[in-house]
Amino acid sequence: MKFVTEFRDAELVRGVIEEIHRTVTRPWVLMEICGGQTHAIMRYGLDQLLPAQIELVHGPGCPVCVTPLEQIDRALEIAAQPNVIFCSFGDMVRVPGSQHDLFSIRARGGQVKVVYSPLDAVRIAQENPDKQVVFFAIGFETTAPANAMSVIQAQLLGLKNYSVLVSQVLVPPAMHAILSSPHNRVQGFLAAGHVCAVMGYWQYPPIAELYHVPITITGFEPLDLVQGILMTVRMLEKGQVEVQNGYPRIVTFEGNRGAQSMIERVFQPVDRSWRGIGSIPMSGWGLRPEMSAFDAEQRFNVSHIHTKESEVCIAGQILLGLKKPFDCPAFGLACTPEHPVGAPMVSSEGACSAFYRYGRIRPEPEKAAQP
Amino acid sequence: MCLGVPGKIIEIHADRGLRMCKVDFGGVIREVCIETLPEAKIGDYTIVHAGFALNLLSEKDALETLELLREMISLSDELGEEPQDAYPPLPAAGLA
Repeated sequence: MKFVTEFRDAELVRGVIEEIHRTVTRPWVLMEICGGQTHAIMRYGLDQLLPAQIELVHGPGCPVCVTPLEQIDRALEIAAQPNVIFCSFGDMVRVPGSQHDLFSIRARGGQVKVVYSPLDAVRIAQENPDKQVVFFAIGFETTAPANAMSVIQAQLLGLKNYSVLVSQVLVPPAMHAILSSPHNRVQGFLAAGHVCAVMGYWQYPPIAELYHVPITITGFEPLDLVQGILMTVRMLEKGQVEVQNGYPRIVTFEGNRGAQSMIERVFQPVDRSWRGIGSIPMSGWGLRPEMSAFDAEQRFNVSHIHTKESEVCIAGQILLGLKKPFDCPAFGLACTPEHPVGAPMVSSEGACSAFYRYGRIRPEPEKAAQP
Repeated sequence: MCLGVPGKIIEIHADRGLRMCKVDFGGVIREVCIETLPEAKIGDYTIVHAGFALNLLSEKDALETLELLREMISLSDELGEEPQDAYPPLPAAGLA
């Protein structure tokens, strides 16, 4: 496939990895923010080809993982109502709530539909005027334009039976939370390329400057990933603190201005709670007051939620890069992709699922030996 | 979830108030919203996530990146530089 195959070229990937080996002189800890990048790194075994001095820690960029428990419990309560068609991205239906998941609501006769795009949910609302159609609008900046567009289209079409349950989160506030933590180990970032495709990267230079961390905007193919690592390591080795763009075929400094202004028409910044991490100020988007007619939380009475989180799951520490999945007592035993205890084991972007799927079940000996 | 797939715009049309297009992903065709990319035209490549075109793909930048990396690698080969350390041995794959 054009613009995919070229960036999986084994010869080029090997060449860039050799250049990383030539460049690195001491240990560095890099974080890839996006869970899609975590999976690609494991899938292609890139972590095992890097010099032992480079440690990759996996960031919180898994929207399914950070969607707070109370919001999942609200989704479950809405989805169980008789006149509702509840639409969701596929990843979300297996995520455990306090009692059960969306999948089990469907097994009990609830109408839970998996959609590819939020616009599919709008179509379902149009085709089922006698039903309430609710879309679970989760995601980072990448998904925000599609989620916002569904609200705009529902408004254009005059639909009264469409609403969204919003859990929209943002990358830059999460980076602040990670970097300002006293336990932080991250020295350089691979920023999430598709978040930046929408938002650009004008938000990142102040973060790089404030915390003295180089940041490279990085794509998702193996060549993109090793190039992002090389660019970040070069900056670290030279003591350079910059934001560099390693994904220029998709990302510009400004991003997609049209998408940004459309997001602003629908959403406004709000405090958001992140599952396993806690509340981060102004770390998400919520519906603007003038869009409240499309707010599922107002349409359905779901304010009385009492959550109960697993006592063994260490998802929060994994999402902050403080622990690895194999440090969790439940990993691979009580918690597997078939029977997930925590959200990172469910999602195709979760670190636990990547570690389980690609057999990273213990620390690599040569990396474990480091202080 | 933030995965984006590059594809080629093969048809542009309006549907229920939005600017939509058909995108060819190596033979698989899907409906994609290009409401926020007024400059998009047939033949352009775009990156798609959840049925929404995030941005256009710059063919020029893609080729430049590849060229730059090829040059860097062939330069290192010509200089005959060896990596400072060998690759670590590959750990046994799969679950024990």
